[in-house]
Amino acid sequence: MIRLPLVLFFSAVLFSAGVYGVLARRNAVLVLMSIELMLNAVNVNLIAFSQALHDLTGQAFALFVIAVAAAEVGIGLAIVILIYRNRETINIDEVNLLKW
Amino acid sequence: MAADWIVFWVCAPISIGSAIAMLLQRNAVHAALFLIVNLFTVAVLYLVLGAPFLFAVQIIVYAGAIMVLFLFVIMLLGVDREERLVERLRGQRTAAILLGLGVVGEVVFAIRAGVGFSTRAPAGFGAANGGGNPQALGRLLFRAYFLPFEVTSILLMVAAVAAMVLARRRERPVASAERRAQEPIEPSEPSEPSEPREEEPVG
Amino acid sequence: MDWLDWLLLAARVVVVFFVLLLSVILLVWVERKVVADMQTRKGPMRAGPRGVLVSLADGIKLFFKEGITPALADRPVYLIAPIVSMLPAFLAFAVIPFGTGVTLFGRRVPFQIADLNVGILWVLAMSSMMVYGIVLAGWSSGSNYPLLGSIRSSAQMISYEVGMALALVSVLMYSGHLRMTQIVAAQDRVWNVVPQLPAFVIYLIAGLAETNRPPFDLPEAETELVAGYHTEYSGIKFAMFYLAEYLNTVTVAAIATTLFLGGWRGPHPEHLAWLWPILWFVVKVLAIIYAYIWIRATLPRFRYDRLMAFGWKVLIPFGLVWVLATGAVIVLPDVYGRRPVVIGAAAVLAVVLLLSLLWSALARRRETVEAPS
Repeated sequence: MIRLPLVLFFSAVLFSAGVYGVLARRNAVLVLMSIELMLNAVNVNLIAFSQALHDLTGQAFALFVIAVAAAEVGIGLAIVILIYRNRETINIDEVNLLKW
Repeated sequence: MAADWIVFWVCAPISIGSAIAMLLQRNAVHAALFLIVNLFTVAVLYLVLGAPFLFAVQIIVYAGAIMVLFLFVIMLLGVDREERLVERLRGQRTAAILLGLGVVGEVVFAIRAGVGFSTRAPAGFGAANGGGNPQALGRLLFRAYFLPFEVTSILLMVAAVAAMVLARRRERPVASAERRAQEPIEPSEPSEPSEPREEEPVG
Repeated sequence: MDWLDWLLLAARVVVVFFVLLLSVILLVWVERKVVADMQTRKGPMRAGPRGVLVSLADGIKLFFKEGITPALADRPVYLIAPIVSMLPAFLAFAVIPFGTGVTLFGRRVPFQIADLNVGILWVLAMSSMMVYGIVLAGWSSGSNYPLLGSIRSSAQMISYEVGMALALVSVLMYSGHLRMTQIVAAQDRVWNVVPQLPAFVIYLIAGLAETNRPPFDLPEAETELVAGYHTEYSGIKFAMFYLAEYLNTVTVAAIATTLFLGGWRGPHPEHLAWLWPILWFVVKVLAIIYAYIWIRATLPRFRYDRLMAFGWKVLIPFGLVWVLATGAVIVLPDVYGRRPVVIGAAAVLAVVLLLSLLWSALARRRETVEAPS
């Protein structure tokens, strides 16, 4: 059995990496990928706690997270394609129409 | 020394390494490849943590569908040019490192206060997995969480339709209105030959 | 598990690996011979008796050819793409039981590398990995035609994977197990192909698309894309793509055999009881591969938009209806009992659904025929 704190540290590191990616990357696709990283870290936590608490609910919620992630990626990439069509760029520093 | 312990210590460093490599890659396709490695190692960790069904789902959905979609979009848009990673705000990196260390401290403190450093998952998880992990998970999903399950399926459906509508290349409304105004006599307008769709929804 | 178990496991892995490689070498020859026979040619005749060594000769030639890396290629990805394209086929084979097993050194040795409790999902996972080799090869070549091939391939394989998953789901529901050995065990009286014939057909069609075999070989359509994703590859790396393609074919045929044709089951005498199941397995796999070669020799290549339309508008709705029907057959008797009214109503509903599907497909066809412009 793996110690629970070890897994929690691991997922914390993954989550922080995802946060860094969302904040620092400028390519919109990369930002979406970093969000996936964060969702994964959350899933690791859910599954680790599910094992520790002897309750499968955590795994069920991880499944929901995966499904929602799939939907999110579908919509997100469609928006990225749309932005690219209109602006010829997916650098999110340049997509600043709402910022004055 | 148990097998799952070895697997964890092989997979976790690879996973974290590939996550960090993904952040530092300037090329979008390389970053996507590192993310795929990361997703695989996380899937193996699911296996170690007693979730073989989610191991398979993770590979099928994340590595098999979502990441292919990412690669598809990157290639379709041709946005795999190098991206500049220089920070624009001065002193941001230093601040980020300091705040990051602060977060690490917080996490250590929280884990110590919450579960303690030497917590082990108590043995006997097999009981919850009665009749096999996929079967047990299925019972849970289709009994206790039936409504959320159905709502999720509606969400996926809506997402698929929305992605299709968003990514469709629509002809300009003015032009088509003009054309319709010019030829009004046609009794039954034959439907336009549908041009091949550019993007297939995956959801 | 002591060291002997590990040794036996390693031995099985090595044996399966080399048998798969050997089977590919033979399969290339078989395919060329069968296609030649269907076109009343003789096919390769020079190397070895009736040309059986021709693919070995090809392999040796490719091995000694110069490997060229294009100047615009993305080097690391360009080098790993052939390996990535080969791996999933080998890995998917790991869960396939190809025989009953023998007793060696006083312990049972199953003819299967690993009996995962999520076996059928593992197969699905690995078949969803097959796309990466092609996508990465096309992108990393730094050239237009390979890129087009890989973009086509990613869309095609994701689309047909859904159909394949639906076929696997209905088999899974019917036999009620995820473990491959249990699925084979559940077919001891009737092979799944009888009650699950539509799923079998869906699986075979989706398998054609997943392995990029004709008539779905659009990622490498030579009339449009030179050679598609492997245009820029040469020498041993090209050989690996070739190998991967045939390995995928073998694996898809082996999965179809296991899930639908009863795996290694077949009548056999008591003598040499461990050998006959393997022979039955090989015979069934060969039968499916023969059908694939037959399709290749018969049908012309699909047009790309028709391919996508077929996948999304015919195969997937049909698969969904079939999953629904399978579920109804399994669950309704438990809920309502075997009352003839219920069975009759369900049958009428199923017929109406199928007819409406067929009707809409035909209507679409008429539309395209009548409005050619």
